[in-house]
Amino acid sequence: MSIESLLLSIAMAIAAGLVGSFAVMKRMSLAADPLSHVALPGIGIALALHISPVFGAVSMLVFGALLVWAVEERGGATTESVIGVVFSAALAIGSIMTTGEDLIEALFGGAGALSLSEKIFGLAVASAIVVFIVVFRNSLIIMMVSPDIARTAGIKVRRFELLYLESFALTIALGLRYLGVLLMGALIIIPAATAKRLAHDLKGMMWISVVLSVTSTILGTAIAVHLHGQTGPVIVLVATALFLLSLLPQRRVSTVRVGSARGGKHA
Amino acid sequence: MEEIKAATRAENALDVTHLSVHYETTRVLTDLSFTVARGSALAIIGPNGAGKTVLLKTLIGSLPFTGTVRWATGVRIGYVPQKLDIERDIPITGIDFLTAREAVAHKPPHDISSALTLVGMPLQVAQRPIGTMSGGQFQRLLVAFALVADPNVLLLDEPTAGVDEPGQEQLNQLVRRLQKSQSLTVLFISHDLSVVYKYADNVLCLSSERAWFGAPSTILTPESLRQVYGGEVSYHIHEH
Repeated sequence: MSIESLLLSIAMAIAAGLVGSFAVMKRMSLAADPLSHVALPGIGIALALHISPVFGAVSMLVFGALLVWAVEERGGATTESVIGVVFSAALAIGSIMTTGEDLIEALFGGAGALSLSEKIFGLAVASAIVVFIVVFRNSLIIMMVSPDIARTAGIKVRRFELLYLESFALTIALGLRYLGVLLMGALIIIPAATAKRLAHDLKGMMWISVVLSVTSTILGTAIAVHLHGQTGPVIVLVATALFLLSLLPQRRVSTVRVGSARGGKHA
Repeated sequence: MEEIKAATRAENALDVTHLSVHYETTRVLTDLSFTVARGSALAIIGPNGAGKTVLLKTLIGSLPFTGTVRWATGVRIGYVPQKLDIERDIPITGIDFLTAREAVAHKPPHDISSALTLVGMPLQVAQRPIGTMSGGQFQRLLVAFALVADPNVLLLDEPTAGVDEPGQEQLNQLVRRLQKSQSLTVLFISHDLSVVYKYADNVLCLSSERAWFGAPSTILTPESLRQVYGGEVSYHIHEH
């Protein structure tokens, strides 16, 4: 594995850890998962047009995020159903258009070497996502607690919602060649879910999520290389193992706290 | 047609004319007009479902409407919502939340510790994750959050809901004190008519049929309350 590929995978993991921190807190994993499916028809269209599949996937993901954002504007109970239906349909269309090796590679990642331009593009996108989340974490936190409060604090809520969704979509795109659309969703969600169990504050949450995501990626890659297997599934299995480990100390803490347990939500 | 304009008239913090709000297909507020003078307190009362919370959300620009909502130039709004659906295991502490407000403020803000002192919240409580706070503690945190940015208008949606008796009195007095010392304009929703009588300069009473706007002594009459709430309403008037 080349130095650039290693750097790129670490940058991807950092972006995934940061984007994931907010995804698991915002309860937006529901909208995020179907969003990742939209990459597939993008790959299919790109292959049919004989252009770069990565370009096709990125375009469709950016468009998909815009679509989720536009549907959310309308609000109401139907939003999640609409998103679920539209993107499941995208997955079906993509499966018809993309076949055999290409489909497997898109879903679970493949061994195909990245071109220099893809590497540079990937590093630039990952850096942009990291800067966005770190710089605007305070606005995102306030929005997450209450969009109404955020508005009175002068935060452009709708604009940040779009930027966040695009960050999510582009993070999926980053992992496309390395882990594939299905497994990249897992690398975004699992380390962040582990961090949510372990952290007590925002800083801890973001750090733990990033460290776990990077650890899973490096360790998973090393194990996969050693076993001559696929990297994507091993990375996700390492992340899952770390999540299962996080369940252990939490159980001890919760037995101590049973006496002072209160209701789950603010009334 | 919707408009949120900066007012030229200096005496009013807020002018609302012919405000109507639809929620999906239901009309929630119809042709509502009222003003709020700078430094005064407006109480918004009315039965459940009369649109009190919808009104506050409209005033902060969260809901589409027709008519005119005109805030005076230079208003900084602090909004304390009624209740928030916070996941219990969310790893964000009260301090994280207040620090975030401090970070996004345009104006040199109050420091966090003085905001906490004002609302009577010990630092140890503020350092806990927000999901583990009791309803009353979280309510105080929201008030502290509003105060960090040094607002000159406070919108309070039942600020004392879920707060214990001494805490309610403390919060009411805090708002009153801030209103006097920093000439804050306050709009608050309350179900406690004795609090309304005690603290409000004007009352906006909403019902499904119509709205009343005026001084507490003219609005809080047994006759009008019977019309609005559809039954006997008793409350204690604090004579001064």
